[in-house]
Amino acid sequence: MSLSEYTDQWLSAVMPQVSEGPGWLTDLRQGAVEQFATQGLPHARLENWKYTDVKALAKRDFSLPKKVDAAELVAEKSLGVQGLRLVFVDGLFSPELSDLGDLPKGVNVLPLADNANAAKTVLGQVAAANFSGFTALNLASWQDGVLIDLANNAVLEQPVYLQFVSTAQENAVLIQPRILIKAGVHAQATVIEHYSGAEEAASFSNVVTEVDLADGARITHYKLQQESAKQYHVASLHVQQQRDSRFTSHNICLGGKLARQDIQVELNAEGAEVYLDGLYLGNGRQHLDNHTLVNHNAPHTNSNEDYKGILNDRSRGVFNGRAVVHRNAQKIEAHQSNANLLLSDKAEIDTKPELEIYADDVKCSHGSTTGQLDESALFALRSRGIDEAMARGLLTLAFANEVIDRIEIPEVHDQIEEAVAGRLPEKFNLKGLV
Amino acid sequence: MLEVKDLRVSVEDKEILKGLNLTINPGEVHAIMGPNGAGKSTLSAVIAGRDGYEVTAGSITFEGENVLEMEIEERARAGMLLGFQYPVEIPGVKNVYLLKAALNAKRKHLGLPEIEAPEFMKLVREKLQFMKMDNSFLHRSVNEGFSGGEKKRNEILQMLTLEPKLALLDEIDSGLDIDALKVVSEGVNSLRDAGRSIVMVTHYQRLLDYIVPDHIHVLSDGKIIKSGDKSLALELEKRGYDWVIEEAAQ
Repeated sequence: MSLSEYTDQWLSAVMPQVSEGPGWLTDLRQGAVEQFATQGLPHARLENWKYTDVKALAKRDFSLPKKVDAAELVAEKSLGVQGLRLVFVDGLFSPELSDLGDLPKGVNVLPLADNANAAKTVLGQVAAANFSGFTALNLASWQDGVLIDLANNAVLEQPVYLQFVSTAQENAVLIQPRILIKAGVHAQATVIEHYSGAEEAASFSNVVTEVDLADGARITHYKLQQESAKQYHVASLHVQQQRDSRFTSHNICLGGKLARQDIQVELNAEGAEVYLDGLYLGNGRQHLDNHTLVNHNAPHTNSNEDYKGILNDRSRGVFNGRAVVHRNAQKIEAHQSNANLLLSDKAEIDTKPELEIYADDVKCSHGSTTGQLDESALFALRSRGIDEAMARGLLTLAFANEVIDRIEIPEVHDQIEEAVAGRLPEKFNLKGLV
Repeated sequence: MLEVKDLRVSVEDKEILKGLNLTINPGEVHAIMGPNGAGKSTLSAVIAGRDGYEVTAGSITFEGENVLEMEIEERARAGMLLGFQYPVEIPGVKNVYLLKAALNAKRKHLGLPEIEAPEFMKLVREKLQFMKMDNSFLHRSVNEGFSGGEKKRNEILQMLTLEPKLALLDEIDSGLDIDALKVVSEGVNSLRDAGRSIVMVTHYQRLLDYIVPDHIHVLSDGKIIKSGDKSLALELEKRGYDWVIEEAAQ
């Protein structure tokens, strides 16, 4: 069977969800169903999906999630971030495990399934339904999620922690969260999307996040993906920025059997800037793909991207970072860097930083490196009595720390560093050190 | 403790050490001086096990063990530590990780359990204070963004924490202002002990005013051509190296 022949199978699996919600929503969903029926799941002939084959995923049967009790699993996987907490078990909001606290004036944090009408003017405004077949599928059949709505000048001091936990189910479930962040003029917030699962969880998470920043708004977004080794994860983050706004993304990709993250940023007005930080660490046969696209649509806009990858065993990494400087977008700065460490002969990275420039007064740089560890640093560590394997482990962690150290929330920083140390090859054994 | 016999070492087929002999006994402090290009740094690099040096003849033994057959980390665990002339910056490796990993490697070698976190922190804070270093150094990356003086103090901090039997200090005084030199020297002097030996390779007499050696050797063209007590340093300061070289040639 070719990929397109699975489309009907997927549609019939999600159909019960398409009729969920008020009339305007079911109309929107129906349109997305048609879009998905035309587009289907992405195939390897598409340039953007050249290195990531989703056929194994397409063939799988998934059912829609049901409410289950998972308090213990949720507690075990929690990063313990101080602040607002919304817990989603198999994609469905779990009010009894969540804590919405006291929200400051002008801030609304609403679970989406029960508050769909509040999202009427926001849903689908930043993410195009046809971005990929997965985006269309999510719009047609998302189950739950959150709307974070910040009025002009509203400042949320504490982060919003969105914890998504997948349970082990007999029939693998399809989890489709929709996350909507709308920041008014000079509004500020930090949002953490954290995905993890039970060891035997074999679900598929198909996530779409939309972020809309008005003039001067500041949003810091964390995407921490620590799903189980059997889970599939496809996510796209769409960002639209107005004048003098700043968006910062920390994208940490550690889990999953196959994980694909797209980030699309539209810098629409002067002074808008975006920071994209990423780290991916692959073990076993993991396949980890990160695609980013920044459109400089206006003059005096800045983008900075720093992605690092560590690939061990037979894992495979894909990085594609594209910055497009459109006509008349003068005086922009766009910097991209992607560095990779291959820890085994059988690990692979396909990396492609791309700059497309249609303006003539711009400052751009891009670079990609793939290499081994610094020999003089290795000697310096060994000369202190540290054995070679551990010295290599320390230097590998150090490489990751260049990204991890920019994480500003202490609980998240420490746990991600520990998780990375614990996922390094067994022989490095940094577990007790960090 | 350390016995170097008729050591010949080449770098890229060029002979640098040409039959060097040196005996270091426990508790002694030695200074090795000499003109540029004499082979001073080659000696410490070979003892520490740096790549790129080919030993063509001779031997190095440490407490009776053949050093040349030991891995780099085994040399350190046996008790030989090299203080680098140019300490390497290791971005992303925090000082605290290096110190803890190194100390635990040594303890494992001695058959001791890993050090408990509170005991370790107490020990390291003490040493930091002695070296006039702020506690924040622990969570900074090894030598990254450190001034020249801070890098050298960090080398001595590692020595104080790891307490080697033999400390090899390669131009530990280079690039230091007088205040930093005093702190570094105090650190080295605190290591002096009847069971511990120190070998300093240096270019300048100035260091020897602060760390007074028991023995001074002049290394020239790959060999030790003169040895003496601390008065030799003063003579070298006054008269330079030429007279020693001429004397040796006769």
